[in-house]
Amino acid sequence: METMKHKTLADYLASERTVPCEKCKEEVSERALAEGQFICPKCGKYNRVPARVRIAYLTDAGSFREMNEIVTFGNPIGFPDYDEKAEAARKKSAEYEGVLTGTCTIGGLRTCLFVMESKFMMGSMGSAVGDKIAALFEYATERHLPVIGYTVSGGARMQEGMLSLWQMAKVSGAVKRHSDAGNFYLVCATDPTTGGVTASFAMLGDVIISEPGALVGFAGKRVIEQVTGEKLPENFQSAEFQLANGFLDDIVPREKHKEYLTNLLKIHAGK
Amino acid sequence: MQAYDKIKCTRKAGRATSLDYIHAIIRDFTEFHGDRRYGDDPALVGGVGFLAGIPVTVIGIEKGHSLTERIARDFGCVAPEGYRKALRLMHEAEKFRRPVICFVDTQGASCGKGAEERGEGEAIAENLYEMMTLKVPIITVMVGEGSSGGALALAVADEIWMLENAYFTVVSPEACASILYKDSSRAPDAAEHLKLDAKSLLDLGIIEKVIAEPADFTAAEACAPFYDGIRKDLAYRLKHLAKVPTDTLLAERYEKYRKIGKCATEGAAAPAGSRRGLFRRRV
Repeated sequence: METMKHKTLADYLASERTVPCEKCKEEVSERALAEGQFICPKCGKYNRVPARVRIAYLTDAGSFREMNEIVTFGNPIGFPDYDEKAEAARKKSAEYEGVLTGTCTIGGLRTCLFVMESKFMMGSMGSAVGDKIAALFEYATERHLPVIGYTVSGGARMQEGMLSLWQMAKVSGAVKRHSDAGNFYLVCATDPTTGGVTASFAMLGDVIISEPGALVGFAGKRVIEQVTGEKLPENFQSAEFQLANGFLDDIVPREKHKEYLTNLLKIHAGK
Repeated sequence: MQAYDKIKCTRKAGRATSLDYIHAIIRDFTEFHGDRRYGDDPALVGGVGFLAGIPVTVIGIEKGHSLTERIARDFGCVAPEGYRKALRLMHEAEKFRRPVICFVDTQGASCGKGAEERGEGEAIAENLYEMMTLKVPIITVMVGEGSSGGALALAVADEIWMLENAYFTVVSPEACASILYKDSSRAPDAAEHLKLDAKSLLDLGIIEKVIAEPADFTAAEACAPFYDGIRKDLAYRLKHLAKVPTDTLLAERYEKYRKIGKCATEGAAAPAGSRRGLFRRRV
């Protein structure tokens, strides 16, 4: 496979393009977005952050070492049009798959890190995604390192059939082994985290946080409305809803994440 | 039979449900209720009994037969408290060194406001997480419908068996068709592509065994040898699994899930001597 030219934070900061905000639809320069951690300067909406840019925001400069960058999984059950869709997702996201994994330092402390990529088939979890995250947890378990994870996902990747459902069990098992060995796992469920990712590793952190206004839930809101005929409130499945129901440790504003992670890595250092 | 015909077959009212298996196979079944946190979910039944003389914990997703019963059991759509009841019973099984048998028959986890408020995602996640290291053997039998995370939540097991017409899928074919083709009437196409039938899943290494079905589940006499066969097979495998040292049992259970869709090489699981050259510095 040919080497891919990823789009980095530097590319966004040098960009002269404008893009519409996800909420107010006003045209915003990519540069201004990137300078402000992808929070819309006009309406304050938390726009989705590309995984590689998120890593640049969170980690100490130059400390991220990517693992298993070039991992793809073909079309295991021969699902129609899947190859084309995956190829289009690669072009759109400038990434090989729906998650980046590696090691880094944050505030000088070494940790494993995974960040899912919304532009790759809405972060759907196929075999490569599950396998990269499981391998990261195994690596962390062997070396007694913490894991920090940022989820964004529409759920399991149905084009891989049962193999994608399997990843929920696989990753949950890897998280359990990491936990049983006394290691720390913090997960941040970002907008949107749903389906099979919510029903597995997004809900298995020692600490689970989210961002203001993020959608975090299991079944889709529209599906629930169709099935039950019930109109659901505006804030249904928001991070605030999950916090009120007891499923999040906290909601942390985006610009505070590095500080928050540094503090918790310090508290769990040497564990 | 086409994949979608099998699915229709699992939805027929006369088909045996989890409680039919439990009553036919388990002697002195005693049902236990409640998750001791919130409530008792009628879509999930569980308890203890003897399987061919072996004390076992048995858990089943029950959708009921008649319409009244199906409504009372929410059509086998398990709520968070149902999964939490199952986990409570599994931990009890672990304490008393009893193997666990699960029967799965669900079109999916409960889909509703209450289920979300009480953490359906968290409840399923917790089951996957805990079952992976539960220190007693687990065998799961897929007896009818098996859709999505709601079915997987009882299917982290040492062995998974399937009835020949049962299905096990990442997403219901109707939902798949409505997402991919914007047309749920194309569910038969989706069912064909999803490889959700027992034979395909055996070939993919997802399940261990396919169980032949009687032509008519309502014919009690014809069904007796069918249930006897399942009881004998379960007893045989449980006796074998009881002899496996716990560490080996758990290592093999983990590997069963780990090996499916394996593609990453870096990490603890990298085979000896493999090239560790995939580290790259970027950002």
